Amino acid sequence: MQLTVWTYEGPPHVGAMRVATGMKGLHYVLHAPQGDTYADLLFTMIERRGERPPVTYTTFQARDLGTDTAELFQSSARDAYERFKPQAMIVGASCTAELIQDDPAGMALTMGLPCPIIALDLPSYSHKENWGAAETFYQIVRQLADKTRTAPPRDGRRLRANLLGPTALGFRHRDDIVEVRRLLSDLGIDVHVCAPMGSTPADIAGLGEADFNVVLYPEIAHEAARWLEKNFGQKFTKTIPIGVNATREFIAEVCAIADIAVPADPDAGRMPWWSRSVDSTYLTGKRVFIFGDATHAVAAARIASEELGFQVVGLGCYNREFARDIRNAAAKYGVEPLITDDYLAVEEAIAAANCELVLGTQMERHIAKRLRLPCAVISAPVHVQDFPARHSPQMGFEGANVIFDTWVHPLVMGLEEHLLTMFRDDFEFSDANGPSHLGPGAAPILASHPDQEVPATGSALSGMPDAKAEEPASGSAGAGQAEASGWSADATRELMKIPFFVRNKAKRNTERYAAEKGVTAIGVETLYEAKAHYAR
Amino acid sequence: MTVATASRTADALPILRERGQREVFCGLTGIIWLHRKVQDAFFLVVGSRTCAHLLQSAAGVMIFAEPRFGTAIIEERDLAGLADANEELDKVVRQLLARRPEIKLLFLVGSCPSEVIKLDLGRAAQRLNGSYPGVKILNYSGSGIETTFTQGEDACLAALVPEMHEEPAEQLLVVGALPDVVEDQFRRLFAELGIARVETLPPRRAKDLPGIGPGTRFLLAQPFLGDTARALETRGAVHLPAMFPFGAEGTTAWLHAAAQAFGIDEMHFRAVVAPGRERAKRALAHHAERLAGKSIFFMPDSQLEIPLARFLSAELGMKIIEVGTPYLHRSHLADDLAALPAGVQISEGQDVDKQLDRVRAARPDLTVCGLGLANPLEREGLSTKWAIELVFSPVHGFEQAGDLAELFARPLVRRDKLMV
Repeated sequence: MQLTVWTYEGPPHVGAMRVATGMKGLHYVLHAPQGDTYADLLFTMIERRGERPPVTYTTFQARDLGTDTAELFQSSARDAYERFKPQAMIVGASCTAELIQDDPAGMALTMGLPCPIIALDLPSYSHKENWGAAETFYQIVRQLADKTRTAPPRDGRRLRANLLGPTALGFRHRDDIVEVRRLLSDLGIDVHVCAPMGSTPADIAGLGEADFNVVLYPEIAHEAARWLEKNFGQKFTKTIPIGVNATREFIAEVCAIADIAVPADPDAGRMPWWSRSVDSTYLTGKRVFIFGDATHAVAAARIASEELGFQVVGLGCYNREFARDIRNAAAKYGVEPLITDDYLAVEEAIAAANCELVLGTQMERHIAKRLRLPCAVISAPVHVQDFPARHSPQMGFEGANVIFDTWVHPLVMGLEEHLLTMFRDDFEFSDANGPSHLGPGAAPILASHPDQEVPATGSALSGMPDAKAEEPASGSAGAGQAEASGWSADATRELMKIPFFVRNKAKRNTERYAAEKGVTAIGVETLYEAKAHYAR
Repeated sequence: MTVATASRTADALPILRERGQREVFCGLTGIIWLHRKVQDAFFLVVGSRTCAHLLQSAAGVMIFAEPRFGTAIIEERDLAGLADANEELDKVVRQLLARRPEIKLLFLVGSCPSEVIKLDLGRAAQRLNGSYPGVKILNYSGSGIETTFTQGEDACLAALVPEMHEEPAEQLLVVGALPDVVEDQFRRLFAELGIARVETLPPRRAKDLPGIGPGTRFLLAQPFLGDTARALETRGAVHLPAMFPFGAEGTTAWLHAAAQAFGIDEMHFRAVVAPGRERAKRALAHHAERLAGKSIFFMPDSQLEIPLARFLSAELGMKIIEVGTPYLHRSHLADDLAALPAGVQISEGQDVDKQLDRVRAARPDLTVCGLGLANPLEREGLSTKWAIELVFSPVHGFEQAGDLAELFARPLVRRDKLMV
């Protein structure tokens, strides 16, 4: 048993729902008790879908157990076929139905329904949402792809590729498809089938007619792509086109697979110049902490490091299946990989990393808010805000433009940063006022929480806000780091003159310096010695 | 799959009973408001990742303050042997109470998987009680195979009843979680009426759990508390049947039941309720113009449907097409049922696809439904009211009557306003 307050991924049958809801003409019969229908609202509310997900829940109750749950499943499946007339059905069990062992898959297969039935076995006590989506997509492809339908000879025809991976409730999948389609189209390549999103079971049958596959989200499409490679000889792309450099590499990889010439100089959009222009100088070396699904986190780390000149100070993912990718990337940036699905561990790591920007999921956005750090969202799990009305891709050159704006706008701007440093005694920069850009109502940085208001002894100097006012018991982020020792009153006052957003760093550096030099009483001199020591 | 039967009750209400896919939450969902109501209680669901995902999704928001609920997620190895599952549970409880020392009441909440594998949480609670001084450990089931949405609160409150001490004194007990502000309004009214001793279940803090005995008369503030009422009655308390306190009429009737039971003079009663009742009526008049004559269809959700339909038809003149409810408690709802227009269609249970067919055929001006259905119906051009808002907002009593009417008027106002 694992104590969980919040989880990055839902159960595997929610992954299956994401595949089914992305597709058309497919229906999912889910053996499940009352209550599991909550999952519908993820799609209708978060993604604002105007149709219910194509899912029939058998809704068994305690009184059905041991008597007629099997019969209930069969009548549900029959009714669902009658009402929705799908081209194919997927059938499976949610966590509770898995325990009562009715074998919905076996039953459905023997019912003689007049459409293909794809049985899903998604163990919910050991696996999670992304795995469920990948397994579902793989089973659909494996059972529906018609092995007699293969790519015709090239003979001067246009090349065609399948796009694999986008689903309902995916992070910007809707817009990534548009961008990747455009990239391929510029190379003279047509999209044959985009799946699961937008495809029908009939489309899946013809997957083999494409020349190759483009994998957009390995978390969902990798298994299916491997199977297609084995059975149809279709190669698939490994580069995820998020970021300018990755997009260039993606184009080169596609051209190599398609055996066509790489275009001389693709228009890489505005991002490279935006990043080179002098206004972006202040981005140099910004300390960034990155957490999300492995694919998006690895891509973000590369952009941060190569294309914005940030320093990656933390990198992690919540999906263990792709932990190796994160470990490799983390080694490249010289940081400890963080593989966890416990958001409290992530919060602790962010607080300890002393970063200036957090790139994460919606949960890291909340953590960053508590820690008063700027943040941008780069990965699922999704929130209603991750479905903006405007076109907002992550992939391709336009995706890079979007990423530049989204990551840079939360930061303190260049000249503003200088002003804050020069006029650090301005009363508005003081802790009693809170950040001026948050408006007059902004809460003071050092909240007037009785436990934390200890200015004289310096024990509340971490610069960390009142992160957990509601739960004094678990001071994982705030007060825990504040046990300063040996600070003189003068040095404490001097420290308080440093703007709040860099004060924590200054304090840690000074203490580390003092510890290294064996200085027990930290004075103003020590503070500036440390500053000189760490100024490189 | 559907078993539909039309039967006629004593008061000749046609009831349609359906069985099929239910688009309602399970009882775990009640934790979302219960954990805020009882401020030193923690709700530990013993369940699957689905349970955890439900709670965070139904809460609709990400977590700012760490909530006072969590899930002990059952993993593969817990299924192998129950002895180990119990050990694992003990470990999780230890972990949890070490991290949250301010918790005084811990509920072990059963779920579908914990019930199917027959993990006995009652025994677990007994075993754990006493190991943590100052912490009471209780259990109830919020599983979807046993409970529907608000029935979770019923199960939770029923679990508290045996913990109430013997109290011989005459007192009024208000049963059902209400927002603190509403609770305080009612307390002021009861004090003015002259009912000296008023207690609430659930209390705001576990240590304030009221006593109970033959001197206790209780009013239900919510229509979904069948098991709790039964448990209270076995402890000698007497239920005061009444309409539920929605709108001017419902609130008056509800207060009146208490006034009568406590022998309050009729003239004094009228004098005390008159100002609030008048304010409520004035507030309702604003919305009556917009709502009168409009048709409404209730999909089953919170069991609040019958009293709300009563309020909307009797006090605002709306036309009721169908009132769906997950479960119909006839005796508790007798007064509200009697005040519904003759011949109104009531349905119990659900076969969601068939019910949606009826919605589409009737094209009501407003459909009250869950979040999974709202946008799909809006896309079809049908205005909706999210049912869950009715459970999460202060809607009881005189001072909230206008707000309650406004919740129903807002979608219609918006529909008229938008020109896009």
